[in-house]
Amino acid sequence: MKKWIALLTIIPAIGSLTVINKIEPYIFGLPFIVFWSTAWLILTSVCLFICNAIYDKREEKQQ
Amino acid sequence: MNSSILIIGLTMALSIFLGLRARKGQEMKLEQWAVAERNFGSLIMFVLMAGEMFSTFVFLGASGAAYRMGGPTIYIFCALTYIIPFWILPPIWRYAKKHNLLTQSDFFAKKYDSKPLGLLVAVIGVISIIPYIVLQLKGFQIIVSEASYGMIPPTIAVWVGMIIVTVFVYVSGIHGSAWTAVLKDILMLVVILFLGTYLPFHYYGGVQPMFEALDQAKPGFLLLPDKGLSISWYVSICLTIALGQYMWPHCFGASLSSKSETALRKNTAVLPLYQIILVFILFIGFTAVLQVPNLEGAASDLALFQISKQVLPPWFIGVIGSAGLLAALVPCSLLVLTAATILSKNIYKAVKPETSDKKLAQLTKIFVPILSLVSLYFTFFGGNTMLTLLTMAYSFVLQLFPPLAFSLMKKNPITKAGASVGMVVGVALVAYFTITNQTMASLFPSAPHLIQDLDIGVVAITINTFIMLLVSVVTSRVLVQKPLINDINS
Repeated sequence: MKKWIALLTIIPAIGSLTVINKIEPYIFGLPFIVFWSTAWLILTSVCLFICNAIYDKREEKQQ
Repeated sequence: MNSSILIIGLTMALSIFLGLRARKGQEMKLEQWAVAERNFGSLIMFVLMAGEMFSTFVFLGASGAAYRMGGPTIYIFCALTYIIPFWILPPIWRYAKKHNLLTQSDFFAKKYDSKPLGLLVAVIGVISIIPYIVLQLKGFQIIVSEASYGMIPPTIAVWVGMIIVTVFVYVSGIHGSAWTAVLKDILMLVVILFLGTYLPFHYYGGVQPMFEALDQAKPGFLLLPDKGLSISWYVSICLTIALGQYMWPHCFGASLSSKSETALRKNTAVLPLYQIILVFILFIGFTAVLQVPNLEGAASDLALFQISKQVLPPWFIGVIGSAGLLAALVPCSLLVLTAATILSKNIYKAVKPETSDKKLAQLTKIFVPILSLVSLYFTFFGGNTMLTLLTMAYSFVLQLFPPLAFSLMKKNPITKAGASVGMVVGVALVAYFTITNQTMASLFPSAPHLIQDLDIGVVAITINTFIMLLVSVVTSRVLVQKPLINDINS
């Protein structure tokens, strides 16, 4: 399960490059390509925090 | 001008003070000196791991790269880099703790139950680290001479810097770098956030107007081009960094100093957020493109200082310089520390196994000044080829990834022969490509750009993995057959 969440973060981050390689629209003042790669930093962090939470819960159960 | 030098001098004094004070009341055995007996909690671990990544490269290199390359510079904050450590670091840490391992080479030697394999990993590690140290020193040179408005000669600056590093590594080991790293990170955060917002607002009235002006003046500058720094280049360079980052012996070693697995996992989850700071560095470089034009080649690394000097008072240039010099010194000390530990524990001891632990601890400390002198030598006489060497070193350490990844599997299909042959072939390929100046484009002139733009490290790691699997299949057959023959004989 958590492996799939992590994998999900990889595919959009690199797979859709052809689509996001453009300047318009500007979001938060950033060209789209810069915004996109910045957004994935935040999303990756969120995903990893979720993974951590799942991981910790499972460990608690085992104990 | 004098205010700038004063601030730089004070920072140096403070970093020495912090570095020396760190050892207070601690009896230092090798494990304490090198990995702090795995005693670092979340915060200090985080700063140590992140701190190593925020070196002079980020400060000068990244703003320079944005100035020179434009849009493709986004590769420096590829989110992929932080997913890999999330999965591989915890099992590495658990295994290292269970078997009381201090270095990357120990880890490989234990996993593959082969001392020669450990030695091979150690040698690759040390060869890769030295250009990295030299690059930090070169950055240090630029930072101090720029920030002091040319008043402190570069040669003297480098000597002073290296002496500081040597002293606090010698005395305090990893504790020394940890506390200075905290100071460094605070300073860098403040300076970069300020410059990254102030400069675009000062010159263009905002971030978006800055990008718009840039796009109008240089159409296509902000995008990945069709060839050269293309999409396939971007994907392959991201892979190189993502897989290679934690193969650096010092990154590997720093993660071993974590107190718990949870601390380690939390760290890797926060690291991507921390990278947002790199976006601000990009702003600095992009602002400079139209404001300080005509910086060519290596001079583009001065973009940050050039543009800051146009609008900011000398005392603030001093603050920038202080952040920059710590950004060189902290990683430098971690690198020297790691290299010294590898040299004594993994190379000297592998050759002379009867060395006592006490002798080993002394030896490690003796290697510290020796390494410093060697690095200084290359800094002064190595020429500008160092950057090429660093790229080579990055691709070198990358070759350690396949055997490591396989060793984390429950049933490792790779034999020690397979791992060694694979790594040697990978490293040899990278060295050959670099020395003969070949790229995929020059090797396959008629291939599509998709292939031509691939990073050489990724090509080598693919061949490495293939050969490793092949040799492993052959050697494991031999191993399986041997007992059978014995059975028949008996």
